[in-house]
Amino acid sequence: MHADATALAPTSRHSAATEAASRRDRRHRRIRKVISYLLLSVGAVVILFPIYIAIVNSLLAPSQIAHQPPPFFPTHPMWSTYPTAWNEGHLGLYLRNSAIMTAIIVVGQVVTAILAAYAFAFLSFPFRKTLFIVFLSTLMIPFEVTLITNLDTVTRLGWYNTFQGLTVPFLATGFGTFLLRQSFLQIPKDLSEAATLDGYGHWRFMTRVAVPLARPAVAAVAVFSFLASWNNYLWPLVVTGDNNNVRTVQIGLKLLANTEVQNINVTLAGTIIAIVPLVILLLVFQKQLVRGLTAGAVK
Amino acid sequence: MAEVTFDAVTKRYGDVTAVDRLEMAIPDGELLVLLGPSGCGKTTALRMVAGLEELSEGDITIGNRVVNDVDPKERDVAMVFQSYALYPHLTVAKNVEFPLRQRGMDKAEREKRVLEVARTLGLDDLLDRKPAQLSGGQRQRVALARAIVRDPQVFLMDEPLSNLDATLRVQTRADIVALQHRLGTTTIYVTHDQVEAMTMGNRIAVMDRGVLQQVAPPQDLYDRPANTFVAAFLGSPGMNLLDGELDGTSVRVAGGSIELAEAVPGRDVGASPVTVGVRPEHLRLDAAGTVAATVRLVEMLGAETHVICRLEDGAQLVVRQEAVVERPALGANVRVAVESQSVHVFGADGTRLEGSTR
Amino acid sequence: MTVAVSAGAGREAPAAPRHRSLRSRKKREAALAYLFILPALLIFSVFVFYPFLRNFKLALYENPPYPNLPSHYVGLHQAATVLSSSAFLQSLLSTILFVLMVVPTGLFLGLALAVAAHRKLQGIAIYRVIFSSTVVSSVAVAALVFGTLMNPVVGLLPWLGINPTPSILQNPTWALPAVALMTVWQFLGLSFIIMSAGLQSVPDDLLEAARIDGASAWTRFWRITVPMLSPTLFFGVVVGTIYAFQSFGQIDILIGPSNAAGVHANVLIYYIYESLQIDNNAGQAAVLSIVLFVITLSLTLVQMRYLERRVTYAR
Ligand SMILES: Nc1ncnc2c1ncn2[C@@H]1O[C@H](COP(=O)(O)OP(=O)(O)OP(=O)(O)O)[C@@H](O)[C@H]1O
Ligand SMILES: [Mg+2]
Repeated sequence: MHADATALAPTSRHSAATEAASRRDRRHRRIRKVISYLLLSVGAVVILFPIYIAIVNSLLAPSQIAHQPPPFFPTHPMWSTYPTAWNEGHLGLYLRNSAIMTAIIVVGQVVTAILAAYAFAFLSFPFRKTLFIVFLSTLMIPFEVTLITNLDTVTRLGWYNTFQGLTVPFLATGFGTFLLRQSFLQIPKDLSEAATLDGYGHWRFMTRVAVPLARPAVAAVAVFSFLASWNNYLWPLVVTGDNNNVRTVQIGLKLLANTEVQNINVTLAGTIIAIVPLVILLLVFQKQLVRGLTAGAVK
Repeated sequence: MAEVTFDAVTKRYGDVTAVDRLEMAIPDGELLVLLGPSGCGKTTALRMVAGLEELSEGDITIGNRVVNDVDPKERDVAMVFQSYALYPHLTVAKNVEFPLRQRGMDKAEREKRVLEVARTLGLDDLLDRKPAQLSGGQRQRVALARAIVRDPQVFLMDEPLSNLDATLRVQTRADIVALQHRLGTTTIYVTHDQVEAMTMGNRIAVMDRGVLQQVAPPQDLYDRPANTFVAAFLGSPGMNLLDGELDGTSVRVAGGSIELAEAVPGRDVGASPVTVGVRPEHLRLDAAGTVAATVRLVEMLGAETHVICRLEDGAQLVVRQEAVVERPALGANVRVAVESQSVHVFGADGTRLEGSTR
Repeated sequence: MTVAVSAGAGREAPAAPRHRSLRSRKKREAALAYLFILPALLIFSVFVFYPFLRNFKLALYENPPYPNLPSHYVGLHQAATVLSSSAFLQSLLSTILFVLMVVPTGLFLGLALAVAAHRKLQGIAIYRVIFSSTVVSSVAVAALVFGTLMNPVVGLLPWLGINPTPSILQNPTWALPAVALMTVWQFLGLSFIIMSAGLQSVPDDLLEAARIDGASAWTRFWRITVPMLSPTLFFGVVVGTIYAFQSFGQIDILIGPSNAAGVHANVLIYYIYESLQIDNNAGQAAVLSIVLFVITLSLTLVQMRYLERRVTYAR
């Protein structure tokens, strides 16, 4: 819009002065643009720098890492650190465990949240308000506060060192229920009434209409839950003591770092491997991720 | 197809009585229009037929079956919502097919029905679109298609045209009438637009504050309103209503008197207070008129002119005349002549006194 | 009045069977609702409410010095001891310092990035992805990466001549700020996302109107954007504070249980973990958990109060 106006500016009606002014404006704009890109790039470099250094170091031999000044580019990349990290750190197994744990939690949370949110949004029953407040109140109790007894409970159930122990305490989400309920409430009442007249019961209306319409919110809950459980550290640390077969990759990385104290490059290679699934998640689900993370902020 | 009856149907929300002892029978195949001002209980009455709202009292029957306790889905009624209630995530075809999927109909049969109905309503080319990609009129037709595809016993329509522009509304209302006539399905049509009601209904039921005022064919309703509410509600501008005193065949009003064609039976001896009603088109500015009035405002509408007068007691009187008549000056004192054949007389409680007018 | 009552009573009789059926339909709906709520409620009861409430009981019992002996009731004595201990005060102080280091820095940098990226420039989407990217980095990843950067022998610090003794992560002065630096980096993605969403909700026409009125970019930012952004900033403070409170993994990996208290990095949550896992002192852990809860609760309540007021103001 604006650019067009300047392009049209030098007509016979305009003096040389205005023409010069418009040229100056254009130059200013270009300079501003360059400055913008410069600032943005500085930000990007600062943010990516730690990861970049990690990648570089993961490809260096231990002798090179200690070199002063430190190398900022792997001139002779040592790719073997990656298979070493993969094998020594049992990363395949731990990634698998993380994937299983995360899948169970994501599916579990989405299912329980959809069911509860549907009830809160579409069904009427005694104590609806009270129960909803009960659900919301879980948001005020950080998980750490429940750690002592949960560890106790899980141990007593015989779930120490098992996937049940890792996942079951997380199979419900107050935040996700809240988010989905909000989304369900956006669905016009006419739609559910039309479906009732068409012979659809609650179950079918939920699966065929309500959930498809609330898909963005469902995706946001799923991504949010994925992120939280994949990156969970404290609970897997206390509940998977010494069993390789359930240990998650986060704890695996810590162990790798402890066993490979002398080989920082291997530890870092393992770290980079562990990032990959999440980078993919970030690139594919950017929108849902942002929606899930800002759901509390926007209204 | 079925008859629908309301038997002393009442709906209360706490202290609000939305529908008050509604008594009405809608014969098989009729298109009944439920008309009334906003908040009078039209939607509530309709929703009770659909089963979306429980009755507080009374019975509703559909085809001889009392349906009070019947689930909405078992009632075999289809509803067209004001908002159309189309499923945004489904295509037109899927929207129309939606009600059939619950009826154990096989896929081929379902598709055949959808195509048939789509053709009837001119939706053939839109079947793959989502509701968001349709115009208001097209959405309206999809909603209709979804209702008729089931071939229900009763259609319920709640102001289905109110979201359309004026031209489209005229067109669509004719389409709905033709469709209903062809299908012969009993239909209850809710509107607060009296033109829609007059042009569409076999009969019109007028409601006010939850109470049924009158059920009658459109012309009867216009010619013989049962009470002052119906008289004033129908027609544009509505009927002039003046307080007066009935004495034999004439009614004394402020500024003159109005002659009746014949005496009101039962009120032919002695004077009694009444409300007298005359439609604007039955009044004329005429030096020989029997009522004196002052001109307050003149509205020239092209084909006709409305002269709004005031009587000496402040009551308003609207005269509707052909446009060719010379425009009276504001503030002029005029006389108004009344067509005595067309005078309506209402008792002190507002109900029509039988025998007045035709 | 009496007429209305008797008329109502007269109509009641035939209506009775319908009301029964209405009740049964409502019952069916309620039953379905409870069925839908049950799974989540069960999980919450067993893994949130029960353990939460049990803290209050555990706090009253003192654990024996050796495991497997019965603990005995001491009432509030234990709470008083723990809360007045220097270890607790140190932990609380560390926690507060940590929050103060992480939250303002993280939010400010996030806002700066969000403002920089709030422009229609070519390729801006790539920058946005990069700026929000640290949100997916797990705490283990971030800790190991920063552990390398802060390594006293290899890496950048010796080259830059930053070489305190004891080394940064073993140093009572520098350990907590170092962990905070890493946490800021990790929090930056979330902070950027929150601030961007906030910026997007600032109506463009407001800024354009100010621009037409001749306000400079600087004035526009401070006079319009920041005030309009205040709910977002507030939300960011709450989220950031909770985020900082939950920082556990970085301390476990970068510093570890044997050192945390020594280098003044045993923030509350780490102290809870240590009490429970290292010292086997569930009673002390329970007391600390209650403290953590009270802090979180106050923050949430403050936020709700604030948002409520804002909503009423907007109406
Ligand atoms: N769920 C409800 N709770 C309480 N009162 C209600 C409820 N639904 C309707 N009402 C009241 O019942 C009366 C009738 O409402 P209804 O919706 O039937 O009016 P309507 O004739 O359809 O009006 P409109 O032309 O505006 O749609 C109104 O006074 C309304 O406020
Ligand atoms: Mg209505």
